[in-house]
Amino acid sequence: MKSVLPILTVVAAIVVMWYAAAIGMNAKWAREQAARQGVELGFTELVADTWSQDRPRLPAPHQVLEELWNSTGAKILAGKTWSKRSLIYHGWITLSATLAGFAIGSLAGILLAVGIVHNKAMDMSVMPWAIASQTIPILAIAPMIIVVLNSIGIQGLIPKAIISAYLSFFPVVVGMVKGLRAPGREQLDLLKTYNASGAQTFWKLRLPASVPYLFTSLKIGMAASLVGAIVGELPTGAIRGLGARMLTGSYYGQTIQIWSALFAAAILAAGLVGIIGMIEKLMLRRMGVRT
Amino acid sequence: MTWVVLAIIVWAGAWYLNTRLANSPLAETRAVKLAVPAIFGLTLIVVWELLVRGLNVPPVILPPPSAIAAKFATSIPILWTDFVQTFVKGALTGYIIGCGSAFIVAILIDRSPFLQKGLLPVGNFIAALPIIGTAPILVMWFGFDWQSKAAVVVAMVFFPMLVNTMQGLADTDQMQRDQMATWNASYWQTLRKLRLPAAMPAIFNGLKVATTLALIGAIVAEFFGSPIKGMGFRISTEVGRQALDMVWAEITVAALAGSAFYGIVALMEKGVTFWHPSQRG
Repeated sequence: MKSVLPILTVVAAIVVMWYAAAIGMNAKWAREQAARQGVELGFTELVADTWSQDRPRLPAPHQVLEELWNSTGAKILAGKTWSKRSLIYHGWITLSATLAGFAIGSLAGILLAVGIVHNKAMDMSVMPWAIASQTIPILAIAPMIIVVLNSIGIQGLIPKAIISAYLSFFPVVVGMVKGLRAPGREQLDLLKTYNASGAQTFWKLRLPASVPYLFTSLKIGMAASLVGAIVGELPTGAIRGLGARMLTGSYYGQTIQIWSALFAAAILAAGLVGIIGMIEKLMLRRMGVRT
Repeated sequence: MTWVVLAIIVWAGAWYLNTRLANSPLAETRAVKLAVPAIFGLTLIVVWELLVRGLNVPPVILPPPSAIAAKFATSIPILWTDFVQTFVKGALTGYIIGCGSAFIVAILIDRSPFLQKGLLPVGNFIAALPIIGTAPILVMWFGFDWQSKAAVVVAMVFFPMLVNTMQGLADTDQMQRDQMATWNASYWQTLRKLRLPAAMPAIFNGLKVATTLALIGAIVAEFFGSPIKGMGFRISTEVGRQALDMVWAEITVAALAGSAFYGIVALMEKGVTFWHPSQRG
């Protein structure tokens, strides 16, 4: 808890810089508007204007927060939680694809990792490719997946979930293989002296030993899944989801809308990764890992 | 049908070969270690080709590898312009600016434990966020050309690089720093002779993570608007025209560029951190 003060200082510095940048970036528009109406702007009026424009180049933090509230909390209070203008609605569209893809991808990743650890041929054939896949921008095939599946009549959640799945798949494979290999020679030897079968070694030693590695890669996979779902919403001119909000916002110059969608995505990412972190903590404590 | 049967035979044969190789006494040799994944990769391509032909998959869903290779060979000029626009101008510029500035910031705040304590958690937090979402904003600010792509790349690589550099600079123990103090080394001498070399493994870790992020950032940013060249632009427009062979050719370029970029940084790492246990092998 000692680091609360430094963190708050850094966050406060970021907010101050943001407000200052908003003045600088929006001043030109404010001056032009004033010149058109033939009025001279004083400094305080200029500042007030740059922080309250409708389509600023850089919206001020309070404008973004206001838009976030208007499109989430205020919608709930008005009973329009699922309206097309509600970020909860768009966020859910993205979240459902993210979670579906993440579940498929990480489950497949764990299974493949188990196969890799127990089959030498599989290990030597697949593992180099799994590692290499982390160095190439596999996100680039997202538009193709969306359009191809669209042309054979699959739309909506599934194409985005597929993108999320393959993005979370490779980090989980690599992390889980590392985890299943974590037990050392002596631990494996000990189980051998107990005459443990392969399955027993797996369930009682390898799997528990892999848990910390698994959670680390699950966090990476979750963040990647969310990015995949958002990018998956770009190419077909989708009208639903956080990615679509960003895209329509950029078409119509609705900067505040882009920023609020961006913040919603950031909150979603932080929340999802935070939940995995909490499960990790609980599970490690149950397993008796001292932290 | 013969194509499909052939595909199954090829698959089974390669599987048998790889199992034999992996369980043979030669399995630890370098040649076999390279051959097994190469056989696997080749088998995938051959099976892909045979299945696409055998099952008559229309090219607008999945073109066969031979068609992709043919398209690649005939459109090298276009692929090269796209590569220069996206990789050299967008990704590489952004990579150098982003990693460089993150390194400088890490050095600047090195003397302030207060700022470090604040920036490390904030940086870690931001590094986990979907920064790629800033692309539409940055495209609006910096225009359609490569400058906006470089800006997206800077935003994406800055925080991972900053966090890694800061962790690297903390990677010396008390005894080593005491040793420098007994030699009456100044702050800058300690930094140059002890802490920066000790930080190199972590710094290169950041640089390697950033290579992939840079390419992703540059490509995805082009989905939000770009001049009529660039890998991301080509992918999104050719997908729209259903010319999937061109899309796959462009993806091949992206994959080659990504692994080459990573490989070059990894080679540099090998040269710089030759003393580290992970490099001595």
